[in-house]
Amino acid sequence: MRNTTTRRRVNPDAPIISLEKVSKAYTAGIPALNDVNLHINRGEFVFVVGDSGSGKSTLIKLLLRELLPTSGKIIVNGTDVVRLRRRQIPKFRRNLGVVFQDFRLLKDRNVYENVAFAQRIIQKSNREIRKNVPSMLSIVGLAGKYKARPKQLSGGEQQRVALARALVNKPQILLADEPTGNLDPKNSWEIMNLLEKINDSGTTVLVVTHNREIVNAMKKRVITMKKGIIISDEEEGGYIDED
Amino acid sequence: MRINTLFYCIWQGFKNIFRNKWFTLASVATISACLFMFGLFYAILANFQYIMKGLEQGVSVTALLEEDITDERTREIGDMIARRSEVQETVYVSADETWEQFAEENFGSTDGFRENPLSDCAHYVIYMNDVSGQQTLVDYLRSIDGVRKVNESALTAQTFVGVNAIIGYVSIGIILILFLVSIFLISNTVTIGIQVRKEEIQIMKYIGATDFFARAPFVIEGMLIGVIGSFIPLIAVYFIYNEAMIYVAGSWEFLSQLLRFLPVDEIFSVLVPVCIGIGVGIGFIGSYTTVRKHLSV
Repeated sequence: MRNTTTRRRVNPDAPIISLEKVSKAYTAGIPALNDVNLHINRGEFVFVVGDSGSGKSTLIKLLLRELLPTSGKIIVNGTDVVRLRRRQIPKFRRNLGVVFQDFRLLKDRNVYENVAFAQRIIQKSNREIRKNVPSMLSIVGLAGKYKARPKQLSGGEQQRVALARALVNKPQILLADEPTGNLDPKNSWEIMNLLEKINDSGTTVLVVTHNREIVNAMKKRVITMKKGIIISDEEEGGYIDED
Repeated sequence: MRINTLFYCIWQGFKNIFRNKWFTLASVATISACLFMFGLFYAILANFQYIMKGLEQGVSVTALLEEDITDERTREIGDMIARRSEVQETVYVSADETWEQFAEENFGSTDGFRENPLSDCAHYVIYMNDVSGQQTLVDYLRSIDGVRKVNESALTAQTFVGVNAIIGYVSIGIILILFLVSIFLISNTVTIGIQVRKEEIQIMKYIGATDFFARAPFVIEGMLIGVIGSFIPLIAVYFIYNEAMIYVAGSWEFLSQLLRFLPVDEIFSVLVPVCIGIGVGIGFIGSYTTVRKHLSV
């Protein structure tokens, strides 16, 4: 008897994120994204920079399938995001780790439960959760604070919990929307070092940021956006002053 | 779905009750207050109808029989009447018994009378289940061969029918208004409580939770709040009802002869499923629909 199960095959050489002629307009007027073409390869570390209203957040929302583009094609890890059905979205998002500026932790649960929550969503057994969560908390340096509630932690620690939650399911892509926006320089660097470490282990990392110092110092690929258009895309680039 | 995922969702629903103490308290208080009013009105109205029914059953129709009727035909007529659905009870009073009662009430005894002046007054006294069917019964009695006359109190019957209809409409009206007010208040409280936690739902969705996984704990929480919120007023109404019965029976004995209260079991055989149904139903629908608003992330 033939096995009728279909498996999606992902070309390992194909870009892990691919946008072709993507536009997004919320209302009539200037589009948030305008005919954007972007390709990010597996294992890359990419900064997306630009002023407010440049389209950075819209880009993240499109990659997360929170929004649909007005036109164009978006492929993320072999999945055509535009053609994704609503009920397929949760499974799609489980392959993406996501970190936000405001951490977005479950405030009424402790550090351990916040990280374990991501594992429960993918229906890991309790045994696996008990193994994976402490291990991930060790990586982000919070093994000793697993019982603490988010409000008992500093901003940097909260962001590390968010990172642990984003990474515990071993996603192939990590999207970070202003991960250092609420942090002091010391904590910002700690988070960026963690992101670099994660990238070294093979995860593709896309960071939306305003942090000029970090972007200039890390010498990674930098995509600069302005008014919904990519105005610059440089390997080992820096923060471009628009004035 | 794994069984431990299902248990996790249920457990989270229970934990949410304690995590959001103020929301739980507000919701339980709203549900309890609404269902308490509902329960109290239901108990009062059910008793009012019960008392009216009792009074109604005291209304009778008298079927006077022909003077020369045989005993066999008398029994036949008695059986025919008793078989009627609107008839609750029939009592046969012979001509001699009628005369004895009359003489006793008016002259003290039958002494001095040689013959029974009421020899044509053997009759059936008929008590009914429902006075609204009195006219049908009277028409039927008049059609029976051997019945010479039917005495009825049309005014009493009409008054009862009218009062019953008014009580019925008022009951439905009050219960409907209380029911709608309960639904509105309870679903509003549930909605506000979940609105506050929309961020939590969004976080779940961002990290790949299915709609079921994000929704289940809230729905279970809503239903639990409904159960707790319906048990409190049920217990309160139970005690108040029992106390009221004891008080009336002890304080106004003349009233307790007139007013027969419905047994508490009978009231609660309706009130328990209705209150729990409303509580759980509103908890379920309120949380289900409110969470749905925040799921499209």
